[in-house]
Amino acid sequence: MNGYTTHEFDVLVIGAGGAGLRAAIEASGTGAKVALICKSLLGKAHTVMAEGGMAAAMGTADDRDSWSTHFADTMRGGMYLNNSRMAELHAKEAADRVNELEAWGAVFDRTPEGRINQRNFGGHKYRRLAHVGDRTGLEMIRTLQDHGIHQGFEVFMEYTVVDLLMDGGRVAGAFAYERNHGTFHLFRAKAVILATGGLGRCYKVTSNSWEGTGDGHALAYHAGAEMRDMEFLQFHPTGMVWPPSVRGILVTEGVRGEGGILQNSEGRRFMFDDIPDAYSHQTSDNEEEGWRYITGDKEARRPPELLTRDHVARCIIREIKEGRGSPHGGVFLNIHWIKENLKDAEAHIKKKLPSMYHQFKELAGVDITKESMEVGPTTHYVMGGIKVDADTQMSTVPGLFAAGECAGGLHGANRLGGNSLSDLVVFGKRAGQYAAEYASGHDMPTVDEGQVQDIAKETLAPFERGDTGENPFQIQHALQDMMQAKAGIVRTHVEMTEGLEELQKLKARAAECGVQSNRDFNPGWNTALDLKPLLACSEMILMSAINRKESRGGHYHDDYPEKCPEHAKWNTIIHKSADGTMTRTEAEIPAVRSDLQEIIEENQR
Amino acid sequence: MSKATFRISRGSGGDLTPEDYEIEIGEGMVVLDAVHQIQSEGASDLAVRWNCKAGKCGSCSAEVNGMPRLMCMTRLEDLDLSQPVTIEPMHAFPHVRDLVTDVSSNYRAKKSIKPFKPRKPDNADGTWNMKQEDVERVQEFRKCIECFLCQDVCHVLRDHHKHEEFIGPRNFVYSAALEMHPLDTEDRVGDLKKDQGIGYCNITKCCTVVCPENIKITDNAIIPLKERVVDEFYDPFTKLFRMFKPKK
Repeated sequence: MNGYTTHEFDVLVIGAGGAGLRAAIEASGTGAKVALICKSLLGKAHTVMAEGGMAAAMGTADDRDSWSTHFADTMRGGMYLNNSRMAELHAKEAADRVNELEAWGAVFDRTPEGRINQRNFGGHKYRRLAHVGDRTGLEMIRTLQDHGIHQGFEVFMEYTVVDLLMDGGRVAGAFAYERNHGTFHLFRAKAVILATGGLGRCYKVTSNSWEGTGDGHALAYHAGAEMRDMEFLQFHPTGMVWPPSVRGILVTEGVRGEGGILQNSEGRRFMFDDIPDAYSHQTSDNEEEGWRYITGDKEARRPPELLTRDHVARCIIREIKEGRGSPHGGVFLNIHWIKENLKDAEAHIKKKLPSMYHQFKELAGVDITKESMEVGPTTHYVMGGIKVDADTQMSTVPGLFAAGECAGGLHGANRLGGNSLSDLVVFGKRAGQYAAEYASGHDMPTVDEGQVQDIAKETLAPFERGDTGENPFQIQHALQDMMQAKAGIVRTHVEMTEGLEELQKLKARAAECGVQSNRDFNPGWNTALDLKPLLACSEMILMSAINRKESRGGHYHDDYPEKCPEHAKWNTIIHKSADGTMTRTEAEIPAVRSDLQEIIEENQR
Repeated sequence: MSKATFRISRGSGGDLTPEDYEIEIGEGMVVLDAVHQIQSEGASDLAVRWNCKAGKCGSCSAEVNGMPRLMCMTRLEDLDLSQPVTIEPMHAFPHVRDLVTDVSSNYRAKKSIKPFKPRKPDNADGTWNMKQEDVERVQEFRKCIECFLCQDVCHVLRDHHKHEEFIGPRNFVYSAALEMHPLDTEDRVGDLKKDQGIGYCNITKCCTVVCPENIKITDNAIIPLKERVVDEFYDPFTKLFRMFKPKK
């Protein structure tokens, strides 16, 4: 028998980034008793890394903008695999959520008229991103944190959930360990919200921190929830490539939004060489027009550096593969060139991109006001996730909700930059509201002590094997190398088949890993437990990707390099079958509501 | 490739022993990379907090060669590698294990600060107007990543352990961000004097020196707050004037 402490709540929120915090605030506001669990200290979640801004059709920087244009941009960017109702709600509600942050103390950059300023970003027709320099995520998480601590919910810092508890088909709570001393905690709850973010740690080169191990994806999957579109990963086009220790760290799209250009080793702006048909009518074909767009000329079309992230990332890969890359295997991102057009360029760059200036100066010894940055694609975001009801955010498991990156549907096959921060608060709020409503209509579910003891035993198993087992860090690195090689930005059937085979061997190795010492703040043990979600997520990605025999958004299949209209009709669904094996189906996409379809078509003209 | 030795404090609950680890080091490495390498090459239980690895989250605070630093932003090439590089946990907080300390007192202190209370909206749609030049002052304070290095270096906390009477530089920066917020209407000056111990600060500016975000903590946050305290409690004319002035 393993001991544990029991807690009881109406609503349990797992994850304290933007979505989790917003959900906890909303649920608490209804009078529900709410707990918020976070894997790190409060305020350190990956939201803090978001840089460029938060997309919302506020029309403060360009009054032509409207929710319908934002909706159409999101659908086009997602290549129409999105849940259109989610895209509609997101576009309609994002502006209110930005204003709400201001009412809670956020201080966004201003227009000359004193309103919230908005900046250019890839795939957005108009200037649409509310921002604070290049540290918008910090502003968001700190605002939610500072407001949230006075709303009455209880925060459990440095707790990791290892499994969800079930009462029949309904979720009944979660089992967690506390990091400082490794003690066990049972959280009983009437409703559970997953807001655990992404799974970038499945890959070697990633912008994600140690936390991004796909916990919520795996918890939901093991609880029997349907998962959608797991083949779609966003490889952000601009991560740092040098020095090696910082490879993968994000370089904000805001650099391109402020006029940064991509160049190959010959100095050529290669993004002009390949402009997709869907965007040709709104993309400039010359440097002069591109710069006019950056400076706010409403007649000018966007420069090609601001095409969608999937496309820009593939163009960069092409340049590198064809031998026109930078010395350390990237391409050049040049913001200093704006001094040709701007008198006080150096001060402007430092003002608009202070943390990029800081990051390159201190980590790479590069002064971005004078030299170009070396950048290349990095695993950044997963579009796929837990399938949820658009309005309520409830998964296919009763009582289990999801919001933010771990939920799927809003972004389709590719997410537009800036649509994540708005996603967090729009759907975080909805999840909080409907989870509280669900909790108020249901009794506390029953917990099965046998299930709890099984989980506790499995959680401690790495200690049983001790020094005789393999170091969990080695297994994690092997998995990351495998996924980078077999399920990366360019995929082939042969490689994905090999990937699935190697995954089975890695599962066997993970089952034999061992850790030393005791349960007090022990990263080896914590990493051993992270292997389970990492392996489940990797398998979901490979299983989904191998079946999509086309290239679309974040899934590029080298054997089928074109988009196929037949494949635009379905979403991939993964779920755990009764015998415990992973199964895959293709679910037909329901018809888009006629008024929304009209908006899409109007915006294609 | 060359080698370097790292002398890391190991142990639990304040019972610490320095242990030496020699590893191969590569181009551009930072101290946090060295710690991770030591973890994956054998010391898998070496406790360390970290998240973003880019100086944005403020998790990996420690004392490197005696200086409070973010490990992710401390490059090995800036250190003298002919000697062992010492890595110790922050000294101002209760120790947990190895490089990890209990920083929860900072969160408790923050909660004691009265929250943001905006004036009535300027516009019918519930929004406000603010000029860029008016928000820049507080934007400096809002850059804070809560690494707590300023708390670590502050002698009031580090040497005199006034954690329950003195909220510390980080939380003065937070108070300043609220007090100087163009929309805020709350008054926190009394609390700063009575319960939050601003008088203990004797402006040695150590906090400003260690701030990885280069916030001018003493000059721009603490001194203006001290001036507000003086104005409200010690200046006879202001005091008289305030007695007749309607509350904002």
